[in-house]
Amino acid sequence: MSNQSKRTLIPLAVGVKAPDFKLQIGNGDLNPVPENFKSLGDYKGKNLILAFYPADWSAVCGSQIALYNELIPTFREYDAEIIGISVDGVFCHKAFKETNNMAIELLCDFEPKGKYSRDYKAYNEQLGLCERALYVVDKEGIIRYSYISPMSVNPGAKELLSTLKSIQNG
Amino acid sequence: MDNYFSYDLETLVNDNDHIAGDPNAKITLVEYGDYQCPYCGRAYPIVKKLQEDFKSDLRFVFRNFPLTQIHEYAFEAAESAELADKYGKFWEMHDKIYEHQNKLDMPHLVSYAESLGINGTEFFNRLETNETAKKVKSDFMSGVESGVNGTPSFFINGKKYDGPWEYEDLKQVLTQMIGKE
Repeated sequence: MSNQSKRTLIPLAVGVKAPDFKLQIGNGDLNPVPENFKSLGDYKGKNLILAFYPADWSAVCGSQIALYNELIPTFREYDAEIIGISVDGVFCHKAFKETNNMAIELLCDFEPKGKYSRDYKAYNEQLGLCERALYVVDKEGIIRYSYISPMSVNPGAKELLSTLKSIQNG
Repeated sequence: MDNYFSYDLETLVNDNDHIAGDPNAKITLVEYGDYQCPYCGRAYPIVKKLQEDFKSDLRFVFRNFPLTQIHEYAFEAAESAELADKYGKFWEMHDKIYEHQNKLDMPHLVSYAESLGINGTEFFNRLETNETAKKVKSDFMSGVESGVNGTPSFFINGKKYDGPWEYEDLKQVLTQMIGKE
């Protein structure tokens, strides 16, 4: 892990177009029908926060996902939706959400594993997990904020909120 | 030790805060906490012990950071402590709640208020009006804006403290900081 923590993690740049994705919803339904998938286009006309994270089932009170779940109404005040993305599968996400009474949309970069996380430079090849990467994409699909936190550090929501405020203020 | 510190506390300690200890203390410890969070429950006696150790050198401030979706009683518990403040019993209620963390439904919260000499019916009726909800929510947002990412989150002299917070760890950090003053 020591080498890993010393790497410089560079996300996609602010100002570029966000890569499209097609990710299965973590709802416990394996059926590959269109309604079980989300793509970037589904959020057209909204600001979108993408929160890549290593794994479900970390300690919940301190968890980034629990915080973002709590903040869903606040994000909506800024016309923003949030999605969490990890390499966990549909049943894992469903159980994680249900156990913790969470409403946040969690998507599965499960097969081929890490495909879209790689596009967002949010995949750790060594560990086979998503990095703790954050993106804010505006209504035109342009990246307005990008950051990769060290894997063990929960980055909170301060920068997400200030980005959404600055988008709102033009 | 310096790399234990990150964000600034954006909302400085003010008259709306619950402050225990000497206003001129060398150290101000702010906790953002959730009454139903087991880690906050673990932090509770640690902070108590630090208050005993450091006496007038330490002032302690508690702000609400309830994760209401994952903790069904956290918000009402926070409202109750804030309401108890209207009767001059904030810290007594705060302590009572952390000492009974596994029983935080409404009847229990009211019974804790009663045990502090507050009229239970009146307390229940006031709780039903959510008169303290605004304070709880405003604490929460002030935390988000200062980079609070989970509970408990501590700020020491205005900087977010991301280091270990077991008793010996915090004692060492505070001792060093007092030495620097």
